[in-house]
Amino acid sequence: MYSDKVMDHFKNPRNVGEIENADGIGEVGNPVCGDIMKIFLKIENNIVTDAKFKTFGCGAAIASSSMATELVRGKTLEEAWEVSNQAVAEALEGLPPIKMHCSVLAEEGIHKAINDYRVKKGLEPWVEKNPHSHEHDEMTCEH
Amino acid sequence: MGAQRIIYMDHSATTFVKPEVVTAMIPYFTEHFGNPSSIYSIARESKNAIDAARVQTAKALGADPDEIYFTSGGSESDNWAIKGVAYANRKRGNHIITSAIEHHAVLHTCQFLEKEGFEVTYLPVDQYGLVDPAVLEKAITDKTILITIMYANNEIGTIEPIAELGAIARKHKIYFHTDAVQAIGSVPIDVKAQNIDLLSLSAHKFYGPKGTGALYIKKGVRIENLIHGGGQERRKRAGTENISGIVGLGKAIEMVTADIPGHSAKIRAMRDRLVKGVLAAIPNARLNGNPEKRLAGNFNVSFEFIEGESMLLWLDDEGICASTGSACTSGSLEPSHVLLATGLPVEISHGSLRLTLGDANTDKDVDVVLEVLPKVVAKLRDMSPLYQKSGKEGGCNV
Repeated sequence: MYSDKVMDHFKNPRNVGEIENADGIGEVGNPVCGDIMKIFLKIENNIVTDAKFKTFGCGAAIASSSMATELVRGKTLEEAWEVSNQAVAEALEGLPPIKMHCSVLAEEGIHKAINDYRVKKGLEPWVEKNPHSHEHDEMTCEH
Repeated sequence: MGAQRIIYMDHSATTFVKPEVVTAMIPYFTEHFGNPSSIYSIARESKNAIDAARVQTAKALGADPDEIYFTSGGSESDNWAIKGVAYANRKRGNHIITSAIEHHAVLHTCQFLEKEGFEVTYLPVDQYGLVDPAVLEKAITDKTILITIMYANNEIGTIEPIAELGAIARKHKIYFHTDAVQAIGSVPIDVKAQNIDLLSLSAHKFYGPKGTGALYIKKGVRIENLIHGGGQERRKRAGTENISGIVGLGKAIEMVTADIPGHSAKIRAMRDRLVKGVLAAIPNARLNGNPEKRLAGNFNVSFEFIEGESMLLWLDDEGICASTGSACTSGSLEPSHVLLATGLPVEISHGSLRLTLGDANTDKDVDVVLEVLPKVVAKLRDMSPLYQKSGKEGGCNV
């Protein structure tokens, strides 16, 4: 079962919603696999000043989105990029093994939103150090 | 959580044990605890109790008492029926026919037998989960030795045309097994009239204890033993009898089959009010399973744009126990094989909710669910990226 922290972020999710004219948007996941996360970032002077999300998914997916948006708020883009799925899972006081992919999805969502911003600004997108996406596909579902 | 009332709408998962059943069982823990294989008088009490339960069980099925074998539950009965018939008849053929929507106790047993050299045909079902008797008949070959089709589905509640399927099996002289775990007490069963050769049942689905079940084996059916050892159950199923469990099974099946039409009508009335209320209050919802040919207590519904586990967590928060066909609760990575077999798109299968009503429920429970569920669905849709305000009434047409 889930930790108290996961249940807290599931029942009282922080930062639910959309940001109008967001500077970066990242959508990851697949409805066929049962989870989709959409991350919205407001970025000013290289700082994430606001982060919001919309998620279709299980309790762990909603809690991971909530925690990931909390963790990147107020951080520089470089710091936000470094927020790993393990960091999200640890901040949630752990996730069941079969739900770890939810934290991976949150990390990917943040990365995608940051790169969306960078590309819009005419910058090179950053390259994933440990591309989870393939691992994610294998871990979750075949679709 | 805390002291709030629990609204239990998961009777297809398991049921509470009726007080009368518990009362009947207790003496067999404390007084009549003798091993039925022994010869002293307290052992005779145990043996008589098992015989009485066998009569009660046989009566509920229209079988003879010596065609009833007690087991540890539905999974053992399914394993025994399928492996036992397969191994005892492999000289006649190696082909088994089942359906795509069986319980895993049947499906995984068939998959195991495929590794042993048997061939298995998994019959498709229609959009409501019904097996077509004509399709069954076409699948029969001269190598077919067993047909195993469930009586009623545990997820969507669809009741299969068992008598017709049984008649086809009889016509082709092929053994017919049915997993009736969900059907006992909900539909009248007559193994002779319905041409059933083997039937599995499990006590904890009808207000009896867990860990006790039975397999009906028609006289003359060629079947190998599954559990080898002592000579219990007329040398067909070894292991010291679970006397109190068997007594509980007997009492429970007697009670639950005493008035099937009356009992079903009461449960069905609550279920129908729930179905109507939910479909009226929540847009983009669809009923899964057959509208008519379904178990009285079963309601399976899919809500678009949301995922089942998060629904269950919110319902649990309100004291409501339910289940889902979403992959996220099953420990596997795919949603319900039953919903997929009915042609429901994968993404909508993730948003399914099963509420199964029974004797733990009252009209008040239905009121509470009708009040809580629309709010839960709305809350989750509000945070779903698939649910655009503008597209509220659009959505997929399913």
